[in-house]
Amino acid sequence: METVYQAQINFSRYLSASGEPLQPLPNWTERPDTLVSYYRNMVLARQLDHKIIALQRTGQMGTYASLLGAEAIEVVLGMRMQADDVLVPYYRNHAAQMLRGLSMEDMLSYWGGDERGNAAAAMGQDFPNAVPIATQALHATGVATAIKIRAEKRAVVTVCGDGATSKGDFMEALNVAGAWQLPVVFMVNNNQWAISVPRSLQCGAPTLAQKAIGAGIRGEQVDGNDVIALHESVNHALQHAREGKGATLIEAISYRLSDHTTADDATRYRSNNELKAAWEREPIKRLQTFLHQRGWWDEVQESAWQSEVGQMIQQGLDRYLQRPAQPVEHLIDFLYAELPEALKEQRKRLIRHAQPGGNHHE
Amino acid sequence: MSDTMTMVEAINLALRSEMQRDDTVVILGEDVGVNGGVFRATVGLREAFGIKRVLDTPLAETMIAGLSVGMAAQGLKPIAEIQFMGFIFPTMEHLICHAARLRHRTRGRLHCPMVLRVPFGGGIHAPEHHSESTEALFAHIPGLRVVIPSSPARAYGLLLAAIRNPDPVLFMEPKRIYRLNAQPVEDNGKALPLDSCYTLREGNDITLISWGAMIKETLEAADQLAKQGVSCEVIDVVTLNPIDHETMLASVAKTGRCVIIHEAPKSCAVGAEISATLAERGLLSLQAPITRVTGYDTVMPYYRMENHYLPNTADIIDAVNSTLEFS
Repeated sequence: METVYQAQINFSRYLSASGEPLQPLPNWTERPDTLVSYYRNMVLARQLDHKIIALQRTGQMGTYASLLGAEAIEVVLGMRMQADDVLVPYYRNHAAQMLRGLSMEDMLSYWGGDERGNAAAAMGQDFPNAVPIATQALHATGVATAIKIRAEKRAVVTVCGDGATSKGDFMEALNVAGAWQLPVVFMVNNNQWAISVPRSLQCGAPTLAQKAIGAGIRGEQVDGNDVIALHESVNHALQHAREGKGATLIEAISYRLSDHTTADDATRYRSNNELKAAWEREPIKRLQTFLHQRGWWDEVQESAWQSEVGQMIQQGLDRYLQRPAQPVEHLIDFLYAELPEALKEQRKRLIRHAQPGGNHHE
Repeated sequence: MSDTMTMVEAINLALRSEMQRDDTVVILGEDVGVNGGVFRATVGLREAFGIKRVLDTPLAETMIAGLSVGMAAQGLKPIAEIQFMGFIFPTMEHLICHAARLRHRTRGRLHCPMVLRVPFGGGIHAPEHHSESTEALFAHIPGLRVVIPSSPARAYGLLLAAIRNPDPVLFMEPKRIYRLNAQPVEDNGKALPLDSCYTLREGNDITLISWGAMIKETLEAADQLAKQGVSCEVIDVVTLNPIDHETMLASVAKTGRCVIIHEAPKSCAVGAEISATLAERGLLSLQAPITRVTGYDTVMPYYRMENHYLPNTADIIDAVNSTLEFS
């Protein structure tokens, strides 16, 4: 017998849970600007997240998927991708989307049940939010195929959770990305829980990153609470893609510090001890400690930024709450490029019905 | 200049013709490249347009559909082939949740000009899962056009229209008539209208409504009935969604009688939708109940029994005679 193939999966972490460097840091961390930007954006993402949950609890927002615990992944993706790259998101990427130009009120509109949140011109060619699991991985390979056919130097990033890696769509996407050497980065936010099902029940393999091996693409694990490790990994994968060298699967190890959505109650299925332990590893405190140690952030800056963020959120919220409703005919008008004859009668009926005293039934 | 050709040759011609005109058109699917497709619909295209325009994909139908959505959102016009209707089901999540919704979901920011080609229907003695007619599953999807040609010339013009349409189109090819009834087809680059019924024969006594391969038997029945002095109007629905009810209502207003013919099982099929609309909006012009001549509400059998399943010309003539006798 001979060994015909051997592979390994590497895990990368630069900062310990308490913010101590564990190995020599990359050169870019010698200047404060990027790290402070990451920090500020993570604080904004978290405060906004709290605010949206509060809105949902008071009936001003629909069911919402919190990104608590994913802030590091979000800001690194949002800031490392270039404008002409394409993000094919899942439903927990709103901070990355905002860093790519989506306004706060548009983001809030989506979660408030208004399709205009997916319509913003600022989203460019990025895909809209969509709730089906793992299907976005295939759309990303399609976008990447178009980029490859045109020989452009752009990269596609698609994100999913650990649960999505169990789906055929995800595996088929990895497979074609390998077969065709597509310029795509698969970011798996392994936050340990797919609603109530733990990571251990999703897959018998010790890592999710090793799924890349079967597809013939790069695969690696990274600490999803460590912006430095994420920065290195994402930058490398994006560069690899843009240079036409093919796809990368990044498994970012994080923890879902929130319920699955506002419609979920995680106390039904996971222990408080586990949650408490996860808070010890969370990304914001870790970076804050590091920045303090370097003298790049202090209490005064913290309190000024917290209050600035509070104002930004209030302004975004006001714009969201004051946004006029969509015209009711938009329910039909965007289905086809041109309204088919067959739908004209239904459109008239819809408009009549929406008027005061209107009756749906003729 | 027009050459005489079969439907599958006309499809090949339309693909070639549009690929020459529009370099955003890209073909993908299983065996579509070197092999030219299992029915040879894409034969010669890889040689003519290269491997960046004709992509042999891994064997994964979900992937083919999902990939097409991504390509289409980037402004390409992917034409994906699914080899047989029985293998189309893995594509459905992408058709329903994404292809048909992308424009609506983004309020027009992105759209999905893809075509999914699929041969369908029985009568060629194929193995199981090669002969289904499940068009109703797809015609029920808002935002997805379902188009079915029934002759070489219409296949050419309708496929051009499907490719040029800015929204997703499921282009279902009745494979039983892929190589029957060759006719002259002119490579004139002219698309035929979608979303409209095609009236293939005008008549006064009864309206026969069908699509796809059953048009062949429907026209045969109309010819034989003509010899008995029965004047049949024959309507090819062509686009099952969005459907042109007006042409059918106008015809039934004239004839007062209607038989609907399709291969698919009877219940909840497109024939049921047509029948319901004729009753809803045309009841007073009806002089007899609407009759449906269809497949049975059962699975498509293996080929030794497929002739028992498929409606035939005699079935249509019987149904017409009963409808005419009703008073």
